Amino acid sequence: MFVLIVGAGRVGSTIARLALSAGHQVSVLDEDPLSHERLDEGQSTSWEDAGGRFTVGHAIEIEALEEAGIDDADVFIASTDGDNTNLVIAQIAQRKFEVERVIVRVMDPARATWYSQQGLHTICPTSAAIGEFKAALEIA
Amino acid sequence: MYVVVAGAGKVGWNLARELIGKGHEVTLLENNRRRYLTIEEELEHSVQYGDASELWVLERAGIQRADLVIAVTGDDEDNLLICQIAREKYLCERIIARVNNPRNVQWFDLLGIKPAVSATDLILRLIEHEVPSYGLVHLLDLPAEQLEIIEVEVTTGAPAAGKSVEQIDLPEGSLIISVLRGGKGFVPKADTVVEMGDEVLLVLDPGLEEAITKQFAPDGLGESAN
Repeated sequence: MFVLIVGAGRVGSTIARLALSAGHQVSVLDEDPLSHERLDEGQSTSWEDAGGRFTVGHAIEIEALEEAGIDDADVFIASTDGDNTNLVIAQIAQRKFEVERVIVRVMDPARATWYSQQGLHTICPTSAAIGEFKAALEIA
Repeated sequence: MYVVVAGAGKVGWNLARELIGKGHEVTLLENNRRRYLTIEEELEHSVQYGDASELWVLERAGIQRADLVIAVTGDDEDNLLICQIAREKYLCERIIARVNNPRNVQWFDLLGIKPAVSATDLILRLIEHEVPSYGLVHLLDLPAEQLEIIEVEVTTGAPAAGKSVEQIDLPEGSLIISVLRGGKGFVPKADTVVEMGDEVLLVLDPGLEEAITKQFAPDGLGESAN
């Protein structure tokens, strides 16, 4: 599988490394060139030597998406730090580039819920954290 | 009319002020605390503090009963999302989005957010109107209605010059609605003769520009084919 990950923060870069070591092709797009360091962190070989791709660019720029290989992507993961950016680029991946699987991180539970009702696969870390707190506090 | 305006920059603040001045009810939303406090001194309860892409902020502003939602923040993704949520979640019939970076117009089109207003495009449109070497000027585009109104100046040697309206070989789906001659406009009849230098207004189906230009301004074709 070819996985394109947009946003190489803690989550994006970790998922990228896991997907690569699981044998997938992985391309990462981030506007900050320094975010590349997170991909190399704790690894014996560099990201590129391990077979990964890295592109510097903003996800809403069509050239950046194309350079990162969106035309060949089977999976698109939107994990920048902006909910609205993630929701927009996820819909671009889905509607313009017809990527088969699109997964989008949305911090705001309200927007995550509504967009998942509209057919986007959303992941909401805030809801996950609330769930864990509830479990820790043993409240329903 | 009840209008929700997202983003109280120069555009949003002035829009809100003008709309209030015209007697409309307005809620302006601003995410920057300091900016909000400054504006609140003037607009009082007509401005609210909060991120306009948060559903509860929109609901507190009464988006459910808004007749018009205008998203004019400095961030295109925010403007896109706010308009999409306004239309698709809150079923607001009329939206207007600002496009900050004209390269993003394609994404507003993709998600069906219209009208999307780009200052760059507006200025280009004005230049098109001001520079006479451009053969054909779009006066009005209504893509949803499949309708355009254009203006074209009749150039020397154009097939239409010296012909009456009924003789001009117009493509199906186009109609001459007015002729401007010597600074005055009139509605032509079938026997009105179109002269070189006339400015002719036509209503047409989209996509007929090239056929129209061939008849009225064949030399301007290269420049006007945008």
